[in-house]
Amino acid sequence: MSAPAPPSAGAFPSPPGGFAPAPPPSTRRNAELLLLAGATVITTASLFLVEASQEQSVTWDIAKYGLAFLALFGIAHLAVRRFAPFADPLLLPIVALLNGLGLVLIHRLDLADEQNAAYNSWPVPSPDANQQILWTALGMIVFIGLLIVLRDYRTLARYGYTLGLVGLIALALPAVLPSRFSEINGSKNWIKITGFSIQPAEFAKILLIIFFASVLVAKRDLFTAAGRHLLGMEFPRARDLGPIVVVWIVCVGVLVFEKDLGTSLLIFSTVLVMLYIATERVGWLIIGGALLSLGFFFAYQTFGHVKIRTQTWLHPFDDYNNTGYQISQSLFGLATGGLAGTGLGSGRPNQVPFAKTDFIITTIGEELGLIGLTAVLVLFLVLIVRGLRTALAVRDSFGKLLAAGLAFTVAIQLFVVVGGVTKLIPLTGLTTPFMSYGGSSLLANYALLALLIKVSDAARAPAPVRKSAPAAPIADATTELLRKPDAGRPEAGPAT
Amino acid sequence: MNTPLRRVAIAVMLMIVALLMNATYVQVIKADDYRTDPRNSRVLLDEYSRQRGQISAGGTVLANSVATEDRYKYLRTYPNTPEAYSPVTGFYSMQYGSNGLERAEDSVLNGSDSHLFGSRLVDMVSGRDPRGGNVLTTIDPAMQQVAYDELTSKGYTGSVVAIEPSTGKILTMVSTPSYDPNQLSGHDGARGTQAWEALSADPRQPMLNRAVSQTYPPGSTFKVVVTAAALANNIATPEDQFTAAPNITLPGTSTPLENYNGSNCGSGQTASLYEAFRLSCNTAFAELGVKVGAARLKDQAANFGIGEHRSIPIPVAESTVGPISDNAALSQSSIGQRDVALTPLDNAVIAATVANGGVRMQPYLIDQLQGPDLSELSKTKPVSLGQAFNAQVASSLTNLMVASEGNTPGGKSSRYQIASKTGTAEHGSDPRNTPPHAWYIAFAPAQNPKIAIAVIVENGGDRALGATGGKVAAPVARAVLDAGLRGG
Repeated sequence: MSAPAPPSAGAFPSPPGGFAPAPPPSTRRNAELLLLAGATVITTASLFLVEASQEQSVTWDIAKYGLAFLALFGIAHLAVRRFAPFADPLLLPIVALLNGLGLVLIHRLDLADEQNAAYNSWPVPSPDANQQILWTALGMIVFIGLLIVLRDYRTLARYGYTLGLVGLIALALPAVLPSRFSEINGSKNWIKITGFSIQPAEFAKILLIIFFASVLVAKRDLFTAAGRHLLGMEFPRARDLGPIVVVWIVCVGVLVFEKDLGTSLLIFSTVLVMLYIATERVGWLIIGGALLSLGFFFAYQTFGHVKIRTQTWLHPFDDYNNTGYQISQSLFGLATGGLAGTGLGSGRPNQVPFAKTDFIITTIGEELGLIGLTAVLVLFLVLIVRGLRTALAVRDSFGKLLAAGLAFTVAIQLFVVVGGVTKLIPLTGLTTPFMSYGGSSLLANYALLALLIKVSDAARAPAPVRKSAPAAPIADATTELLRKPDAGRPEAGPAT
Repeated sequence: MNTPLRRVAIAVMLMIVALLMNATYVQVIKADDYRTDPRNSRVLLDEYSRQRGQISAGGTVLANSVATEDRYKYLRTYPNTPEAYSPVTGFYSMQYGSNGLERAEDSVLNGSDSHLFGSRLVDMVSGRDPRGGNVLTTIDPAMQQVAYDELTSKGYTGSVVAIEPSTGKILTMVSTPSYDPNQLSGHDGARGTQAWEALSADPRQPMLNRAVSQTYPPGSTFKVVVTAAALANNIATPEDQFTAAPNITLPGTSTPLENYNGSNCGSGQTASLYEAFRLSCNTAFAELGVKVGAARLKDQAANFGIGEHRSIPIPVAESTVGPISDNAALSQSSIGQRDVALTPLDNAVIAATVANGGVRMQPYLIDQLQGPDLSELSKTKPVSLGQAFNAQVASSLTNLMVASEGNTPGGKSSRYQIASKTGTAEHGSDPRNTPPHAWYIAFAPAQNPKIAIAVIVENGGDRALGATGGKVAAPVARAVLDAGLRGG
């Protein structure tokens, strides 16, 4: 990588080809509706396949489910039409399809659980799919509520510190609560209130992204202050390292006290990437990477669970019946699925523990094969890239950072989960956004989607009538004034 | 901010590409290793949901799969007197694996054998679940049934093996007490476990296939091997004389060796080999054995296939003549005691080899394999394992065995001539007071042998200490021969 090209005069020039073309005349809402219908058809067809191969009676109920699904997302679509008319038409349909597939798979695993219970004469477990439908509906309410309440996402910047504090408390709460209120299956990252439990980390990540976006915009000069040059990169001054070190300490704390490797990795990398985007300094990435390695090394040496996870990742079959069981079963499932999969409802995904939550990707890999897994990953990729495109297109810095942070956090979560279950990286136990069973995950990710759609709406809205004076927020003041002129070099041409 | 954003977008794409590459590695490149890993229960569970092929014998279905309504689509059943056939079929259990032909021919029965590639392809294209091929055994159902009934009606613990001498086809393979493999093939895990534990804990060992998995001292039936060695090596002729003393002391020891009941061998001082064989005199055979020598005896035993590792394709325990370290051991080995131990199958092979003019045929249990559409995949061709001795010796041995049959209780009443040798084998730590194993090996008709047979009844059956091969085992064998020769 060469040094970043110095920005030329003016705010953010569009490169050739343009990332923020003139807004299209249509809002593309009809395209969104069509895509939603398509997502409904795929989801319903999948449900039909599951029922048929599981030899359930195939009735019109399936069509009812399909219609209910369409109605649910139809309402969301109407809300988008009304409150975010210019938003990217791909975001909602992709999420709808992912959520629909997740529901079908959870239902399919419910059927397997029922059979298993019948076989072993256990009491029949209550189906989780119904619960997940409820969570989806609640997620919709959160989504629509946010669209309505949040007239302008920029107001969030004003509450940045408050939200950040709430997020931090939410993140830290399970660590300080006694285990009986905060521990499920060995990870201490829950808050259990009578009869119902949430994973605060899912919400905390969004609050923290908002907080960082606002801080980075408000205090940009703090992070871009010139430091020393090294290998052609600018490094921040030592005394400006404070904030990132604080974040690092928080993440290590999460890792240590909550045994939640995934969340700690997720938050730290998201913050790091936001910092890099805000400052355009590769130096931050280097420092962050160093801190990350240091943290991991320190955790590996000190904490048993990190060491065990790493060993299990390296040699999953060594301790097959104990620590290696989950990942081994996952690999067996993926391999049995092979290229084309066993077909929906014809595999044995329930052989993998936690198939509905952490290992739902394994279920996809087994029943839909590499082809299905690729399709799902590409759906996610499109979702994430559209999020990053939103960040490119939106004109205010806060929006840019917010959209980029939200999109990237989905990316890193996906990478950590899929990488974990396919043995690319150690298992960390995060959920797959929009697909895994779990209320916290769904609600939080629908909130995330709402914010993204809001920013996207602002980005694609027709440009406001130009006023004579530039009314850009102070944060958008051009940055070239702060640049040190390159000594002894003429203005370099743009390298991109 | 846009330059880093674009770089982040590229980084995200690279991350997804890394995931896809890794998924490809797991699901395609390394998939076979994971798929066939013994710890991967999926493949096994799928197998249970597939229509497994039939095992049959002469038109009688021994094992088949019937469609069920539960989550495993097919139930393995053993419809016809399963206890009689379980030594052949073995069991097929979801919890405990399988044995017998269910295991030995698993790849054909479950449809994964390379022979079945064509039909798999057809099934795949036509959208059917792959089906298994069928195994047709060489068992004669009438003989098998009679053998099983004979042993069980008297409450005997033992085994019957019958072979067609000219081919090596195994016509009968029975072991009692037996078990019902249906108990283990059910889909109810709890009941399967209960049955398994009951069968495993049963002191009578119903799951032991005595025909091939257990070796016994052959007793006097081993005199056939000693005689064959003597005749083939021109060490003795049937007319040569040997001691007729009721007992002798083993060379170099003070251990006595005596004839059955301490009786004299015939009426003279000496007895011919013919007489000694007819009356099954131990002292004469101890003397003959020493004359033959350990090396020649071992060679002859090897020519009979003793000590060979074989599978029919069910694995067979290895028979042995033991180390035979000195003449005392040689004397005892010559009357089938000491360390000599044979499976009933191997003893039947000895009778069959004599019946087949000295040519030993490889015993086999599978006549042919069929595809799911009943097309023939392969038919077993009889394999000769060489000449154990020449036809001259075979004919002399036949004469001796006919004479022996004449001296056996109930030995003259048949429509056809049987050639046989009885055996009464001592065993255990207190052989004098432990009921002996009763043996009988035979073939019939003597001049045109169609069937060779070996019968063992453990611990004297119902005759306790007074048991002999002639009294206990011979009637069982004759009944089976009757069943087999009724048609010809």
